[in-house]
Amino acid sequence: MPLNVEVVAPDRVLWEGEATSVSAPAAEGSMGVLAGHQPVLSVLRPGRVIVTPTQGSSVELEVDGGFFSVDHDRVTIVLDASAAAGLDSVG
Amino acid sequence: MGGQQRVYNQKIRSTETLKKMFRAMELIAASRITKARERAGQAAPYTRAITRAVSAVATHSNVEHRLTSERTDTNRVAMLVVTADRGQAGAYSATVLREAERLRDVLRSEGKEVALYVTGRRGVSFYTFRGVEMVQTWTGDSDNPKVDVADDIADTLLQAFAAPADQGGVAEMHVVYTRFRSMVAQEPRVIRMLPLEVVEGVAEPGEGLLPLYEFEPGEVEVLNALLPRYIRSRIFNALLQAAASELAARQRAMRAAVDNAEDLISMYTRLKNTARQAEITQEISEIVSGADALAAS
Repeated sequence: MPLNVEVVAPDRVLWEGEATSVSAPAAEGSMGVLAGHQPVLSVLRPGRVIVTPTQGSSVELEVDGGFFSVDHDRVTIVLDASAAAGLDSVG
Repeated sequence: MGGQQRVYNQKIRSTETLKKMFRAMELIAASRITKARERAGQAAPYTRAITRAVSAVATHSNVEHRLTSERTDTNRVAMLVVTADRGQAGAYSATVLREAERLRDVLRSEGKEVALYVTGRRGVSFYTFRGVEMVQTWTGDSDNPKVDVADDIADTLLQAFAAPADQGGVAEMHVVYTRFRSMVAQEPRVIRMLPLEVVEGVAEPGEGLLPLYEFEPGEVEVLNALLPRYIRSRIFNALLQAAASELAARQRAMRAAVDNAEDLISMYTRLKNTARQAEITQEISEIVSGADALAAS
């Protein structure tokens, strides 16, 4: 079962779709998320979020703050305005 | 052409020019409102995500946080009033300012000292005219609010909430803005933003039970990171709603102005015709009486 991923900034959705894995810079080190991961709510450190979609090439986003949550194979990555300013919507 | 007719012609021409302007403003407001609603829609996923996360923490822990606890060391309260930058929007700013004044009266009757924060030039001039002191104001872009402005407002207010009592600290924070219900219904609303209340049960029903989360690095840290963002997103949301309401009010006001201009034009046209007819009648009676006088002599 794929993960449902949503990357959101305060004023728009940056990326949304199905993915096989997500890697995010969690508070205590980079965290890889696959389907069936236990529910987590974590603060993001500055770093790189990598989403591997079920189709197409992987998406990388440079972030410098925010948080992310995982529950029931639903991954929500919430970025701060400052972190999202330089990024354009991808995918 | 008689003098009266000329006056009516001038009035008709100037009213027609005004009508064109009102029509243009109505169309501009109509096109912007679509954009404003889109923006509000685009911001919704973020708000939903953050609200869900806050509820998750609130239901699974009873961590006390300074943003959720009451302050008793000061009787200063902050009030944020969201108004428009420009007029021509009917009673939009007046309605929200009336609501704000009512809240200010209530707060003052409770013995509280109100610290005013205002966005929008209309609100700023309203309070300047009345000699009411404002702590901080933001103007520009009231119909197209930016995230960084919302963040700035939220950060300023959060700082005031965190500040010690003798440095302008506030114990509560209220927001007065206009909620956009539909194109024809916008209503002024007052919400108490700080200290945060009813964090539990914020999640929309039907979303399923919130799972037992693991918090990283810890509940307190997650809450510390979440709550300011929650406040920012709610302020941004209030600004977006206010922007959509402002544009809807402007569109409606301009439509009414166009209708009134049309009424005026038809009234002046009628008066002009009456004046012309009166003039013709007068000329005929002059000619007839002139001819009578000649025939009699």
